[in-house]
Amino acid sequence: MHTNQLIPIRLYLPLLIIIMTTRKIAFRQALREAMQEEMRRDSRVFLMGEEVAEYNGAYKVSQGMLDEFGAKRVIDTPISELGFAAVGVGAAMNGVRPIVEFMTWNFALLAIDQIVNSAAKTLSMSAGQFGCPIVFRGPSASAGQLGAQHSQAFENWYANVPGLKVISVSNPYDAKGLLKSAIIDDDPVVFMESEVMYGDMGDVPEEEYYIPIGKADIRREGTDVTIVSFNKMMKVALAAADELAKDGIEAEVIDLRTIRPLDHETIIRSVMKTNRLVIVEEAWPFGSVSTEITYRVQKDAFDYLDAPIRRITTADTSLSYSSVFVEAFLPNPARVIQCVREVLYK
Amino acid sequence: MAKVSKESYLFWYETMLRIRRFEEKAGQLYGMQKIRGFCHLYIGQEAVAAGTITALKHEDPIITAYRDHGLAIARGTSCNAAMAELYGKATGCSKGKGGSMHFFDKDNYFFGGHGIVGAQIGLGAGIAFAEKYKGTDNVCICFFGDGAARQGMLHETFNLAMMWKLPVIFVCENNFYAMGTSVERSSNVTEIYRLGEAYDMPSKSVDGMKCETVHDAVAEAAERARKGDGPTFLEIKTYRYKGHSMSDPQKYRTKEEVEEYKQKDPIETTLSTILKKKYATEAEIEAINERIQKEVDDCVTFAEESPYPDASELYTDNYVQSDYPFIID
Ligand SMILES: Cc1ncc(C[n+]2csc(CCOP(=O)(O)OP(=O)(O)O)c2C)c(N)n1
Ligand SMILES: [Mg+2]
Repeated sequence: MHTNQLIPIRLYLPLLIIIMTTRKIAFRQALREAMQEEMRRDSRVFLMGEEVAEYNGAYKVSQGMLDEFGAKRVIDTPISELGFAAVGVGAAMNGVRPIVEFMTWNFALLAIDQIVNSAAKTLSMSAGQFGCPIVFRGPSASAGQLGAQHSQAFENWYANVPGLKVISVSNPYDAKGLLKSAIIDDDPVVFMESEVMYGDMGDVPEEEYYIPIGKADIRREGTDVTIVSFNKMMKVALAAADELAKDGIEAEVIDLRTIRPLDHETIIRSVMKTNRLVIVEEAWPFGSVSTEITYRVQKDAFDYLDAPIRRITTADTSLSYSSVFVEAFLPNPARVIQCVREVLYK
Repeated sequence: MAKVSKESYLFWYETMLRIRRFEEKAGQLYGMQKIRGFCHLYIGQEAVAAGTITALKHEDPIITAYRDHGLAIARGTSCNAAMAELYGKATGCSKGKGGSMHFFDKDNYFFGGHGIVGAQIGLGAGIAFAEKYKGTDNVCICFFGDGAARQGMLHETFNLAMMWKLPVIFVCENNFYAMGTSVERSSNVTEIYRLGEAYDMPSKSVDGMKCETVHDAVAEAAERARKGDGPTFLEIKTYRYKGHSMSDPQKYRTKEEVEEYKQKDPIETTLSTILKKKYATEAEIEAINERIQKEVDDCVTFAEESPYPDASELYTDNYVQSDYPFIID
């Protein structure tokens, strides 16, 4: 078990000591196990999306699930995002619990009407009569040189919408525990993964566990500066922190894990300790998650700040194909380190 | 109607061979990681592109999906500009900004490769709308896959295009698979051309392994559009010999099926017609083959030697406004 995961596990420590045995599994397997366990427990849960069944998943997340659960519960759809998202929402309103996979979140833009206008609002419009227990999941953000239409991150778009919960995970352990919580949650959940992390290996307990929605995770403790991030930018944040430690700068690194509801408390508690905040996210800067955090921290911890809050986002542009552009577009450890030095006036 | 002649056959042969050799090279270079991202090859579908071009005017706009190398090259994008784009070089047809999925070439009225399945169906109708609005006699030809035919976009667009009699030819390149999903597994309606009938759009199924049939169908549709009689829907049946993209184990189809289509290879078919009709001698064909081989070899050198775009180009072309105030933290 690597130290990065000590915090969530610590919550379960008494239990862990007695029974938890862990093994290393891939991110995609962690997601699959979450779906399998919940589908075994609850026959109302089913998976649908493009290539999820016979092809075993475009990124092999659902490998073997058709064999285990059959075509009634692991359902291939045509390329009809608006249609199958709507079918999912309607089904959720009527007593079943769909998991809708989008091949990537870029393609969910065709379905965003159903996520925002339907899933997020059935409960409120019907005054509590019709809920929508559904999970929309798939990979988010860039994955190499895929060009402008295949490289986008929309955590902040969905997090803007009352009625939705938004999760964006960075490692297999969180992926499994949070996807399980998302599936049993009675509200609609938007769940973001990453194409380039599906092969990442990480420690995951043999035994079942859940991670509560809405709780950030302190992945690295430190006293000099707080770095907040999520999804694959956590790698950038942690790499920067390791590098900074060599110079005696101890960064506290927080993985948001859930974007909505946002765990302001954990961030603010950390900022009260470190007095400095740097946010790293793979998203366009305007109205981003970092914008939201910045507002809350300046409001609730103004007197604790010893430097302006800084952020590293992507460039304020579309992401073009050439390797040159990918390099220039994305946050990287060097930029994080530079920002940290600036807020430390070092 | 554009007549088929000896020149058409020679154009078809040369164009299809250029596409085939270019795509084979692109496949190799992808394996060597010279080309990155998603890369969808057109091998097997060449007759659709070649037959289309002879049936249209140069000014007739073309729009398609991400499987766009073949149509761009058929329309006139040079192998140099195409290969440089795959390399992400500044000399590419989209200056290294688009990559494989987003070839654009305004000089050749090529309105792009589009990455969101089905999106270009509506865009094609819009391009046609503008031609009509401007009072030209140009016809837009809009390509999409069998998978894309299942998007709601098709229905909304077909309705609009028919209602407004837009000068557009919708072409579903039915290569029988959308990634790993066969046409049979994506709908009850497997004769895709019949989707047009719901909107009273003239629609038919066309053999896409032959340039002649593609040419005739497109020419007929273009004539209809130019007369002001509105859109046509062609389901052109074709086949991709390679995987969906570069990382496709192809478990959804048999080797025998692929072999069966290779027996109907459009390049072979066209060549044998040319020889039979004595449109060219063996020696003349050999000369074409050598020229194409050299063109493709040269384009790799060109791409290799071309410069990368400057990183600052990330900020150009996001807005026409030259002093747009980007957020830079
Ligand atoms: C809206 C949307 N959904 C999913 C995808 C992922 N995807 C890319 S190509 C493809 C299959 C499309 O098949 P088809 O339309 O038959 O075209 P072909 O690849 O055979 O040329 C899919 C599902 C996408 N790019 N856009
Ligand atoms: Mg297809």
